[in-house]
Amino acid sequence: MEKEDDLVLRAKDISIVFGGLKAVTDFSLDLHEGELVGLIGPNGAGKTTIFNMLSGIYKPTDGVVTFCGRDDKIRVINKKSPAELNKLGIARTFQNIRLFGSLTVGDNVKIALHQSRNVSSFDVLFRTFKFRKDENLMTEKTEHLLEIFHILDKKNELARNLPYGEQRKLEIVRALASNPKLLLLDEPAAGMNEQETVELMELIRFIRKEFNLTILLIEHDMHLVMGICERLMVLDYGRVIASGLPNEIQSNPAVIKAYLGSDYEKMVSDSTEGSSGAKEGGAE
Amino acid sequence: MKNKILRNMLIPGVVGVLCVVVPAVLIQLRVINGYTAQILTLAGVNAIMAISVNVICGITGQLSLGQAGFQALGAYGVILLTANCHIPLGVSIVLAGLIAAFFGFLIGFPTLKLEGDYLAIVTLAFGEIIRVVLVNLKGITGGPNGKQFSTVFTTSLTYGAMISYVAIIGSLVLIIVLLQNFLRSTYGRAILAVREDEIAANSNGVGVFKYKMVGFVIASFIAGIAGALYAPFIGFIKPDLASFNNSINALIYVVLGGMGSVTGSVIAAFVLTELQEVLRFLKDYRLLIYPVILILVMLFRPQGLLGTKELSFVKCWDGIPGLWKKITGKLKKNNTEAK
Repeated sequence: MEKEDDLVLRAKDISIVFGGLKAVTDFSLDLHEGELVGLIGPNGAGKTTIFNMLSGIYKPTDGVVTFCGRDDKIRVINKKSPAELNKLGIARTFQNIRLFGSLTVGDNVKIALHQSRNVSSFDVLFRTFKFRKDENLMTEKTEHLLEIFHILDKKNELARNLPYGEQRKLEIVRALASNPKLLLLDEPAAGMNEQETVELMELIRFIRKEFNLTILLIEHDMHLVMGICERLMVLDYGRVIASGLPNEIQSNPAVIKAYLGSDYEKMVSDSTEGSSGAKEGGAE
Repeated sequence: MKNKILRNMLIPGVVGVLCVVVPAVLIQLRVINGYTAQILTLAGVNAIMAISVNVICGITGQLSLGQAGFQALGAYGVILLTANCHIPLGVSIVLAGLIAAFFGFLIGFPTLKLEGDYLAIVTLAFGEIIRVVLVNLKGITGGPNGKQFSTVFTTSLTYGAMISYVAIIGSLVLIIVLLQNFLRSTYGRAILAVREDEIAANSNGVGVFKYKMVGFVIASFIAGIAGALYAPFIGFIKPDLASFNNSINALIYVVLGGMGSVTGSVIAAFVLTELQEVLRFLKDYRLLIYPVILILVMLFRPQGLLGTKELSFVKCWDGIPGLWKKITGKLKKNNTEAK
């Protein structure tokens, strides 16, 4: 592998057990600075569970997760709460969109800016000069981010009234607002049409450069995954069954088996077009 | 920009001062009689209670069924502080609020870590505990017969009604202003985020437990202040103040006015308190009014009077020119049609 000093996140043999069910078994992952890694797998493979462990919502039953925060200190983050992790520099989006529905788009973003506030409750109660300055700064940042995602004109609308695709975008904006080092995207393109997916790919590329991000994403849309991910990991029944470059994954028999079942395995390996098989599987 | 800030401060400020000064002058000039003045002032206390319940139920999103317990703590607290410790009334009102806030902290600490409606159960029990303790601690609280309070706002008959009014409505206005400032800031947004979605709030760096606590402690403080203002106004309190009924009354104001709308619950508190007096001629049947209103509101406007919106005087002011044009336009149209 590459050199160790640009390691952002390392998960070592993490597992989680729900009752008698082992949802994820011995998952290991090294994320280096600036990488864009995709996590794919059939439904119920444990992708979102891994996200929940990395972002602090679930605590792994076994294994160690270390993270190099914004302050360049490496910490074990197994037992930290999502809020603490967010302060260290991990932000995420959710598969089933979790916006603050009855608040405005602008307020949704400003909530993520809360931790970077520079005011005390005294400033707030008496609306001091400092409060106004801080509030203006937050508004500026919010508008800047919304502008990048072309939803600035929706700033004063309630988040729940946005169309689906824009709600997804707003979730990414909100995650970016906390100035993360590592961004976890849980199916960012779910429910988007082809045109929107292509735009989203461009946006993800852009923000990665612009904000110096390391990105881990879960996605079902193979077009998006193959298009932007540098490295892929395939998960099935809570275990990693393959990892490597996108074109290696496409022709990996274990992956095809996981997606299409063992009957298809032979058919696909007979035909030369392994890639189209994986594509169909993803679209399911 | 500068003008806008000034205007946004000036309009609510002027309205707030007018709300205190105009009725106070009218009370002093005997245009509003003593009885009406007392009802208005009592409505003020109820409105403060309604705000307290709104902060915890409507804004923080946690159901509390024992806010009257905190009110009783404030009321008895202020009596003990002034009568036994000889602390000036103004200081002891604030201290009594802090005592209630402290109890809120103690109760909230174990309960608010849990997700779900545990706070409702615990606060329900808390209100009852306070009531039973007040009944049985005869030496300090006077037991079930209640306690006389000698340090009222003033004993003067000529100024009494006016001073009580100014003290209580003044506090109400101050609470509304400070609370609105708090809620329309980054802290307020954090509390609202917790109400909207705990998991998302947590993942965006808002400590869920912390902000639930902030909301609950503020609510307890405000309830304590309501009690601390009530005692010197009425001059006599009973342990019944902590009863479940009293908590539910405050909750009704909030449900009617709109969960999450501070101004809505204040309006509801005033209207319902007045209504109970206006309908006195119905004798005991007037007790049916609350349930009937509640059912009607739930049927036709389930989000309450104002929903989660706030009545904004600034927006009203901005709306006046448009409204004026509409009215004059309509009048002109009517005139031409008549011709």
